[in-house]
This record gives sequence, C-alpha cells and structure tokens, in this order.
Amino acid sequence: MSIDTTADVAADPKDESEIRSGVLLSGNEAVARGAVEAGVLVAAGYPGTPSTEILESIADRDDIDVRWSPNEKVALDVALGASLGGVRALVTMKHVGLNVASDTFMTTAYTGVGAGLVIVTADDPGMHSSQNEQDSRAFARMAGVPLLEPADSSEARDFTALAFAISEEFDTPVLIRTTTRVSHNRGLVDLGPRTEHPVTGFTSNPTKYVMIPGFARQRRPEMLKRLELLSDYVEASPLTVESGGNTGIGVVTSGIAHHYVREVLPDTRILKLGMSYPIPTERIRSFAESVDRLFVVEELDPHLEHDLMAAGITVEGKAFFPQVGELSPDAVRRGFVAAGILPPVPTVEPAPPTVTRPPLMCPGCPHTPPFLALRRLGAVVTGDIGCYTLAALEPLSSMDTCVAMGSSIGMAVGMAASGGAGGPVVATIGDSTFLHGGIQGLIDAVYSQADITVLILDNGTVAMTGGQEHPGTGITLQGAETTPVDLVALCAALGVRDVKVIDPYDLAATFSALEGATTSPGPSVVITNRPCVEAPTKVRDRPYEVLAEACTACQACMTAGCPSIVWSDETFEGRRKVVIDPVTCTGCTLCAQICPPLAIIPIPDPVPEVPEHV
Amino acid sequence: MSNKSRGLLLAGVGGQGVILAGMIVADALVRAGHDVKQSEVHGMAQRGGSVFSHIRWGSSVDSPLVPLGSADVLAAFEWAEALRWVEYVREGGAVVADLRRIVPPGACTDRRSWSTLYPGIDTDLLSSRTLKSRLVDASSTAAELGNIRAANSVILGSVAAFMDIEHNHWEAAIEHLVPRGTEEVNLAAFRAGCDVAEASVQRRPPDPVGFPGPHQIDIRHDWCKGCDICSRVCPEYCLEVDIDGALAIVDAESCTGCRLCEMLCPDFAIAISPPRDTASLKEPVSLTGEQL
Ligand SMILES: Cc1ncc(C[n+]2csc(CCOP(=O)(O)OP(=O)(O)O)c2C)c(N)n1
Repeated sequence: MSIDTTADVAADPKDESEIRSGVLLSGNEAVARGAVEAGVLVAAGYPGTPSTEILESIADRDDIDVRWSPNEKVALDVALGASLGGVRALVTMKHVGLNVASDTFMTTAYTGVGAGLVIVTADDPGMHSSQNEQDSRAFARMAGVPLLEPADSSEARDFTALAFAISEEFDTPVLIRTTTRVSHNRGLVDLGPRTEHPVTGFTSNPTKYVMIPGFARQRRPEMLKRLELLSDYVEASPLTVESGGNTGIGVVTSGIAHHYVREVLPDTRILKLGMSYPIPTERIRSFAESVDRLFVVEELDPHLEHDLMAAGITVEGKAFFPQVGELSPDAVRRGFVAAGILPPVPTVEPAPPTVTRPPLMCPGCPHTPPFLALRRLGAVVTGDIGCYTLAALEPLSSMDTCVAMGSSIGMAVGMAASGGAGGPVVATIGDSTFLHGGIQGLIDAVYSQADITVLILDNGTVAMTGGQEHPGTGITLQGAETTPVDLVALCAALGVRDVKVIDPYDLAATFSALEGATTSPGPSVVITNRPCVEAPTKVRDRPYEVLAEACTACQACMTAGCPSIVWSDETFEGRRKVVIDPVTCTGCTLCAQICPPLAIIPIPDPVPEVPEHV
Repeated sequence: MSNKSRGLLLAGVGGQGVILAGMIVADALVRAGHDVKQSEVHGMAQRGGSVFSHIRWGSSVDSPLVPLGSADVLAAFEWAEALRWVEYVREGGAVVADLRRIVPPGACTDRRSWSTLYPGIDTDLLSSRTLKSRLVDASSTAAELGNIRAANSVILGSVAAFMDIEHNHWEAAIEHLVPRGTEEVNLAAFRAGCDVAEASVQRRPPDPVGFPGPHQIDIRHDWCKGCDICSRVCPEYCLEVDIDGALAIVDAESCTGCRLCEMLCPDFAIAISPPRDTASLKEPVSLTGEQL
C-alpha cells in the first residue's frame, strides 16, 4: 500500500515566480496558498484527514514557522499566542479536532486576537475517514465566531486571505470550514504575491487577555457587539453572490453544495453564502420575496434552514435533501425531483456484483501480531484511532471499542472498574494518539491503580494520516532534529511500574509479554518498537514464499489478514493452498511463524527487484 | 444533461497509483485549455481499499463529482473495480479496463465452498450495456517495456483514444508528474497504450465450488489432556473443551478438513479424515495456466 504522496508533486507555492493564473491546486494547497499570500508567519496544526496537506504543502518554506502540535488544542494555543505576539497565524485540523481545541476556541471569541488568527476545520461528510460526521458550523454559532465556507480551490485561496483581514478588522478569530470535496478536490487557482505582515509585537492588556470572571464579563458584550457588526458586514459583502436566471424558484446554499445545485439546475437563481455565520438575513429575505419557492441546499445539518426559519423566512430544505452523508449531484437531483422541480431521473442500470474491498492493515504492519495475541488471550480491547483500528475487522476481529482519540485508556479504566469485562482489559493506542490524548488516561490508571494493560503501538509515525512526524519521532514538520519524547521514561515517570518494550515481529515474545502484563495486578504498559513499513522509510526485507508442495491448505496464515496472502489455484484435499505476492510482501516473517507445516520460507536468490512506484 | 462538462472516472486499488494518474489526466486537460476539477478521497481508502478519482472538464465546471450514468470514460486499473464503477458510465461511453486481478483476502474466507467472491472475467458483464469497452493487459505491456509499474501509463494511453487531448499535452503532463528518472519508461508505456491491441480475453470463469462435505474428526480421548489448543485454533468452532477439561465435538457438520487441530495437537490426539464417501470429494477445476 502506498501512502498518499500528493504533497510531493504539488505545485510549489513557495516559488514567487509561480505567480500566475490557472494553477491546479487541491483545496488544502489553496488554503495554504491563501495564508502564504496573506503573510502568515506561524502555522500550527495536528494531522487529520481531510486537512493534513494544508501544513504539509508549506512545510518547506523557511519564511514561515510551520509545525505539528501534539494535539489540536495545543495547536490553537500556539497560534493564539503567536497572534497575540503580533503575527498572522493559521491553525488547521479536521472537524473532530475542533472538539479537542474547543475549550480555547470558545474563549478566543472573548479575547479577540492580536494579528489575524484563522482556524481551518475540515469536515468529513460521509465519514470517508472519520469516526463521525459532525457539522462544524455549529461551533461558530456556539462561540460567536464568523464562519467562511469556500466551495472550491479558488475560493479556498481567496477566503483564507480574506479571513485574515476580517480577523484583524473585527478583532476576532475566523473559522474556515472546508469539507472532503473541497479539501481533496483539485481546481484552478490564480496565484498572487506574498504580502508581508511584519511582527507588530505583544501589547499587554489584562482586561482583554486574562479571562478571570470580572474581565470576561466585560468581554462577552464585546463579542455580541462584534457579531452585530459582522452581520452588517456580511449584508453588503462580496462573499454573498447571487447568480442565475428567472425561474420561479430560488436556492440558498453554501460550500460545495453550491456546485451541485448549479450542476442540476444550471439556470436557477442561487444565493450563495460565502460567510454562513452570521448570515445576511436581510439579503436573503429580499431574495426570498423575489421567488415563488425558496429552497436551502446544505450538507449535513439544517444550519441555514433553522436560521432562516428563525428569521421568519419560509424555506424548504431537509424535507427533500438528506441530513445524513455527503451530498452529490445525484442526491441534489433526487431532492429536486422529490420537491417536484425536476422530472424523475431515468434509472441507471446497476453495476454487476463485485467483491467488497475494505481497507486493510498493510503487509508487514507491526500492529498485526499483538492483535493476534490479544485475540488468543480473550482480552477485552478498548481501542483507539489509527491504522490499528482496522484490527476490529475480520479476520483479526480483536478490538471491542473505538470512540475518540485517547479514549482507549480511560475507557479501559472504567471497564475494569465495572467488574463486568469478562476478560483481561487491554487499551491499545498508537504513539501519536498516546501523545495526543492518552497520557491523562494513563495518569488515571496509575492514580486509581486500575488492573489494565496499555499497549502502546509505537510505529514511529502518524501512519493513518499518511506518515507525519510527531513529538515522539525526534523530527519536526520542517525536517529539523529535536528531542524526542521518551515513552518508556514517560510511563515510568507517571508511576507505571511494569513497562516492557517488545518486538512485535516476534510472535511468541509478543504473546508472552502480553500474557504476563495482563495477569499482573495494577496498570502495566507494553510498548512495541517496530517502525511503520510505509513511512518514514519503506521497510522491504526479503519476501517470503509458500512451498506449494509443503502447504497443507490449512490457511492458518490467513488468520493474520495479510493482504499479500491469498488463495492459490492449487488445492490439497480439495482445499485451496495459498500464495504470497512477492511484490507486496515485506518479509516480516509473521506468516512463517504461524505456518504449522513450516511451508513458508524466504525467497531464494535472486530476490525479484521491486521498482519504484510509477 | 444541460451542463456540458465531461467526466472521467479512474478506479483502482489503494497503492496502485490512481491518484497520481488522476493528476496526470487533470494536468493534461489544463494544458489543453480546459477548466478542470478533480476529486478523490484519501485516508482510509488508501489502505488496500477501493480508490477512485473523479475528473470533470469543460469550459466551466461546477460539480467535481461525476453524476451517475454520465461519465464519458471509466479507466479501471483492476478488473473488479471496473465492474464496481461501471454504473457511472453514460450510454455510449467507454470503459478501459486492465485485466489485472487483485483478490482481496476478504474474498477468500468462505472455507466451506473454497470459492472466492471475486467475479470472473467476462466481458459480457461490461458489454451488456451500450459501452465501448477496451480490455488491456497493461501489466504485461509494461513488463515488456521493463517496468511493470508503468502499467498505469499504458492505461492512460488507451484512455487517450477516447478523449480529445493532443498527445503533446499528455506527454508534457506525464513528464511533469511521474517520479524523476521514470519519464522515459512512462512515456514509452503511454505510447504503447495508445495502440495496444485489445487483449485477447481468455475468459476466467468464476471460481468453482469445491466443498466436499464435512470431514471426519476422531478424538483419542485417552491421549487428550484438555489443553484447549485445538478448540482455540479451529476456524469453524467445531471443538470445545468443557469445564472438566474434556474435549468434545460441538459442530461436526462444519469441519472443512483444514487439519489445524491435528497439526497443532501436542499429543497427537486428533485425526481428521476426508468424508467417507470419496465420490463427493471433488477437486476444484484447476485454473493454473489460465491466469490472466
Ligand atoms: C481529534 C482527532 N484528531 C485527528 C484525527 C485524525 N487521526 C486519526 S488516527 C490519527 C493518529 C494515528 O496515529 P497513531 O496513533 O500513531 O497510529 P498509527 O496510525 O500510526 O498506527 C489521527 C491524527 C482524529 N481522528 N481525531
């Protein structure tokens, strides 16, 4: 499996000679480009699909401090601090990252900013790579922060640059919400020059920046007053765009949904909101009065619909358009068919049946063997988020829960406290996830002396999101060497007495370490030490092969779920033997350790050459 | 469709380079002066899952997603993926499909029938609709050129026949985007793809069904110490050790004869034998030699 490499081949926004029109950029690259042109000097974030490539695409710039933080809250804190220090600052995260950062976020609306502060949150309607599909727009309302929704790459650049200006003019953080189809869509963008915004410096102002109750009480009215000013601003702002002809219906929409509406109703009157909180209520009211029927087409929650209804404007929306999952031209068309606006869609002949292809752990993934052991031990596994979450699927089927980043350890403590687990309780958590939000859970395990085992799957990278660095790797996003967090010393310092490091490629040792840890009283930690096979370097040892004459077709090897192993066309006693794909096999030896008749051996010389991916 | 934008769908398996291929097509279209949008999903989908890239082009493109039944071309880098996305192709549209089969391990789990769920290669599945389909043996063509990984460029060459972009734009896009040092082999692969012959399709039938009926499990109780290894490894849950440590057969009907219990028993206390009625022991038809 190859890790996404799109960032490597993207147009380099750094090169000022690239100031030209019509460059293909992803929405993420375009957000970064907008920030570059706005003179951003500090950019922080935590990886998360579909937001990750924003920071990656500007990591090689030496005129911007671009950094991964351990989690989204720290990233926002860093950016807020930089903004108060007087530089334009950008923060990026996926939608659920804003939950983590929300504590700071809610109060930044009170403090306001120093220099411009822009927060980008990338929603994932349809949950292509996420644990939920929450709609970030609700956060803007809850905090009282203006929200911009670009619909494509070109707007992603424009809106980001504009967001910095709005932030400074109104003394507020600005939230930009993209979605998967904006972030991971490439479109044409006109590039402009970088404008310089030199450091203005920090001005101490405790009544604005020290949110003790007495001062915060003074700031809340400021925040509400600012929202009124923003409401006036958006009424006249070029962010609100009207298009289309003269039919009797009108559509209010925002973000990517706008393009779907134009696709299916090219001539209809559309009012597109670039700023969707606060909304231009009066502009929408007069638009509504000029049409016979008004629709709202928005992805996920009825955010605009409720705002319009609250303003006494009659609209139709979620009655026809789904609240679940992504919109698409097809979903929007079906909605307008249901509303009687479009004729029924001719049915498309359905695709013939084919095989399902769920995501899998890669061949050689060091996460696989510990889960084989946990399955054997009959452990109750509170899992976490990362590549290892795939252990919940067949054939490993050895993870029982996965809720939010870092939840595994606290949930294990609670599961053990319940007395109802019915087996040893093991929390499994990746290295990046542990540093993101797992440490506090482990502190609780020590504090309460919980009878749990924490398995830290340290593969030295944030694999799930494409192989980023993190504080445990000793390398920064911009490639500098730094002091890595020592996980063993950290766990010991928290008070865990039983900390073991294991080589997960040694199945027997992995099994006995986990068996020992799960039977010892109190909290124990087991840390694996094999690197991810895909990042930062591709691990490719001598591949293995199956000696067909020795294979008894027992299929024990297939219980590990390695994608390199599939059935062969040869049989033994009517059953399928197996073969190993020499191109994808990494030579991890796991299947050879499992094979009862010892039919799996290293490929003899010469090892087939695996050319670089084209 | 009142909107004039055209659409192409690229489909394949995580790790096949679908996204890079999509970038090449998009880049070629931009060079040819079109407005272009290209949409894909990264993340989970990358890990051996099904990966696709939507590309739309025209004078001004709205939706980056290709609506169902409207794609002008589907380019599939793998056979099962061609079938998965074929409903996106419009009547009269084209399908370019590699004959490569990537069988996911999840398709190899029906131990009772020992047949995979992988669809047989059968062009009727595509040509039942009014499509121009072109099956390509891209991997072999690329291998002949010396780099099997250039198969994607072979496919792009075949796709070029169905899109009116001048060849110099294609070649410039390939040179611009493929990894340094592989420009020549990819350009050669692209050109080979432009006039590659339709692969002579040897049909590959769906896998035969071969479950010969339950095997016979014999336990030597006087040798068994109830250690539980066999019951834990049995994939069909045929065996169980009760509270007193006695091994029992709880599901005799499901034994597929994998012999894991027999091989792993430290006391040689289990023997597995084929069904008594050997006439029912059908060997699946051997498919070796017919692989495409
Ligand atoms: C709050 C939040 N932020 C970010 C993400 C995106 N995300 C999913 S898993 C993951 C980290 C995985 O890294 P690690 O724990 O090291 O496991 P690996 O994938 O390397 O096995 C991230 C950042 C998320 N799901 N939730």
